[in-house]
Amino acid sequence: MPELSTSSLPDLIFTILFFFMMVTSMREVTLKVKFQIPQGTELEKLENKHDVSYIYVGPPTDNLRGQFGTGTRIQLNDRYADTREVMDFVAQERQGMQDQTKQVISIKADVMTQMGVITDIKEVLRKSYALKLNYSAAQRN
Amino acid sequence: MAKKKKKMPGLNTSSTADISFMLLIFFLVTTSMDTDKGLTRRLPPPPENQEKNAVQINERNIFKVNINSVGKIMTSGQIVLECTPADLARLREMAKDFISGKPHPGETKGPECSMVNVPGLGPTLCSDKHVISLQADRGTPYVAYFAVQNELVAAYNELRNERSKTLFGRPYDALNDDNKGAIREIFPQKISEAEPIDYSKMAH
Repeated sequence: MPELSTSSLPDLIFTILFFFMMVTSMREVTLKVKFQIPQGTELEKLENKHDVSYIYVGPPTDNLRGQFGTGTRIQLNDRYADTREVMDFVAQERQGMQDQTKQVISIKADVMTQMGVITDIKEVLRKSYALKLNYSAAQRN
Repeated sequence: MAKKKKKMPGLNTSSTADISFMLLIFFLVTTSMDTDKGLTRRLPPPPENQEKNAVQINERNIFKVNINSVGKIMTSGQIVLECTPADLARLREMAKDFISGKPHPGETKGPECSMVNVPGLGPTLCSDKHVISLQADRGTPYVAYFAVQNELVAAYNELRNERSKTLFGRPYDALNDDNKGAIREIFPQKISEAEPIDYSKMAH
């Protein structure tokens, strides 16, 4: 019996590899805030990840606490930001999207955050016409 | 004079498969397959566009839910609830009663309903005038606000599910888009997230 030719095996694996490289979206932000998202029962899945921008809200992580204290912070991309900067962030995120009307903002906020902070963010989102909002949460059974 | 061609030995490629396998496994491991979930809400457009069609809503059509800075909930009819599972379940029942047209406790009239020609169903009584107004203090913990939102959405989902089972014999999630739209027209989700009141400032 002739030996099975494995010469095309690397090409095959490479194809799978490229597929995974393309669909992979590596987490590009390092979290600077610590948050525990609330639990809920009526959650919906976020359909298309390319349309989602994340806003993180919570106290600074343990190693940054000495420098920044324990007050609630807003993280956009890789740094702490002011509520007003949310508008620029939304506009910037919107540019890379194919369908800008589908933009979804996902708020990952710590359970103990005061609503004032979140409402301020919501007001800015309204002004920047990013009206689809998602309160990120974990499934509770 | 013909140069004697030296035959180059073929590069040994037998390990390429292993290398690419390793890369593949690396990407498989680092890929974040975690599914993001959450409560999806739609914000109203900014106020300047809305002022034109701002209409006074009849008091009987509003179900007020206020959350104070320590997470206590007060609803229409001056009922005070804590943020506990039992009380949240009660809030859900109250919201369900309200959306389906029953009056607040102590009142005679519930929210107005009207006959609407729903596609696929014909004239149906729709609870299209009601509004649930959710208001939080600036100091309200996010967890309380989220819990209340969750209950309100649950109230809608339960009502839609029940109606869907009586009309189509299937849960709401199993319906096709047309039927879902019909059910949504009967129980449209109207949660208004009003701007919070700063009670701490009002006291001074």
